[in-house]
Amino acid sequence: MKLIIAIIQPHKLEELKKELYETQVNLLTVSEVLGHGRQMGVTEVYRGVKETGNLLRKLRVEIAVNDNFVEQTLKAIIKGARSGQTGEIGDGKIFVLPLEECVRIRTGEKGGTAIG
Amino acid sequence: MFKKKKGLLFILLLFLMSFSGTVFAQTNAPVPKIDSGDTAFVLISAGMVLLMTPGLAFFYGGMVRRKNILGMLMQCFIIMCVLSLQWVLYGYSLSFSSGNGFWGDLSWFALKGVGLDPYPTYAATIPHQAFMIFQAMFAIITPALIIGAFAERMKFSAFLIFIILWATFVYDPVAHWMWSDGGWLKKMGALDFAGGTVVHINAGVAALVTALVIGRRKGYDNKPTPPHNLPFTVLGAGLLWFGWFGFNAGSALAANGLAVNAFVTTNTAAAAAGLSWAILEWLHNGKPTIFGTVTGAVAGLVAITPAAGFVNAGSAIIIGLLVSVFCFLMVGIVKPKLGYDDSLDAFGVHGIGGIWGALATGLFASKLVNKDGANGLFYGNPHQFIVQLIAVAITIGYSLVVSYILYKLVDAVFGVRVSEKDEVIGLDLTQHREGAYTLVE
Repeated sequence: MKLIIAIIQPHKLEELKKELYETQVNLLTVSEVLGHGRQMGVTEVYRGVKETGNLLRKLRVEIAVNDNFVEQTLKAIIKGARSGQTGEIGDGKIFVLPLEECVRIRTGEKGGTAIG
Repeated sequence: MFKKKKGLLFILLLFLMSFSGTVFAQTNAPVPKIDSGDTAFVLISAGMVLLMTPGLAFFYGGMVRRKNILGMLMQCFIIMCVLSLQWVLYGYSLSFSSGNGFWGDLSWFALKGVGLDPYPTYAATIPHQAFMIFQAMFAIITPALIIGAFAERMKFSAFLIFIILWATFVYDPVAHWMWSDGGWLKKMGALDFAGGTVVHINAGVAALVTALVIGRRKGYDNKPTPPHNLPFTVLGAGLLWFGWFGFNAGSALAANGLAVNAFVTTNTAAAAAGLSWAILEWLHNGKPTIFGTVTGAVAGLVAITPAAGFVNAGSAIIIGLLVSVFCFLMVGIVKPKLGYDDSLDAFGVHGIGGIWGALATGLFASKLVNKDGANGLFYGNPHQFIVQLIAVAITIGYSLVVSYILYKLVDAVFGVRVSEKDEVIGLDLTQHREGAYTLVE
């Protein structure tokens, strides 16, 4: 089992969800985060005082999948979250982590059967 | 550089001098007596109408996505700054001085001759400047209404230019036709108590035009984007309802029975329309919503605006109940079918509500309410309905054509729409370099 964490542009969520549903991945958790990568955020000005390097809004999407689902999930995320054909700086990153255990609270099931 | 500054200073001085002359301008000739009650009432009303613009800012601001809330508040607020100046410099003169059939002249430029004595042609018992500043608030909120149509995607610089041009070439002439001494729509007998045509149809049609030419918001797949803060919208609607008493009752320009009639009809129509929208939703969607109810109340306020001083409370109930039906159909059924992105329904509420209100005035107006008004169709005078119909058609036609031309002009010179990237990041950060809400300190 793997835990996939994707940091994406907020406005890309709808497309991402669509792509995931098409690959039969229906379970995801979304939270709002702040961050920046190479585009170095934005400059904000408050009453004339400049603040540089402010963080940009991003979404953090977490998806737990069985190993045989990893590749297609990654493909779906890339397809949904990439801007245009070539992509743009700021489109985000995907991290794939090993996942030790998964328990469905309702039934107590564990492992691969509990994940989907 | 220094010379340029000196020249600017000189011009500024000239302005200031032209203002200081106003107070002493009219000294001869017997002047009508100023009534302190009327003056106090009109000044308070003016303040209430001003408050409607921040009210509108929150009404609209709650509906946009949170990356655009400051952009919305800023557009409304800067209108208070820019058009207040436009009005005292030349807007009032263009709208209300005699001039020609199209608009006024510049004889009242920088309030020259607009003093503290009454100007009986418009209001005999209050200082001329009280009338002027009361009217200023209408000139401010009208262009602000249009913002709802192009919300979340207009460049701030282009917005400023567009709004100044629109106030000058659309609002000022139409106000002149309807309200100035000798205005031809007024002469024709068209009734518009507080601005159904001049304010709401005018702005509503401009909203439809701008929504169509600027195009849909990115990612708008024919469904509303979720409002980011509906409590703001409710707060804004509350401020609008309150301010509207100044708008309509204040338009009597005196603290008298007519003002009371306008106050009562205004409240009644808003109440009927808010309830009516809630019931429609209940029947149509299974649940009444606060968003729908406040939208209905605002539609009711719009519809009663031209009629407030010409109809009785019974008619106000009918006007209010029906306006929600028309606006609900437009906003909930027709707009999604047509697929244009009048983002916050400036046309659906103000345009449609304004048209219904202006026509309803031709149906329900009664000389028993206002002897200076006219009887409508239901009081045996079908002619009045025809006159209202013509006034509505002319306002729609004029606003449609000139708003389109002005938009295209500004678009050609400055480019109206923000870049796709800026639209994605939001107007707050890209147009103003500030954010409304923090996630971490």
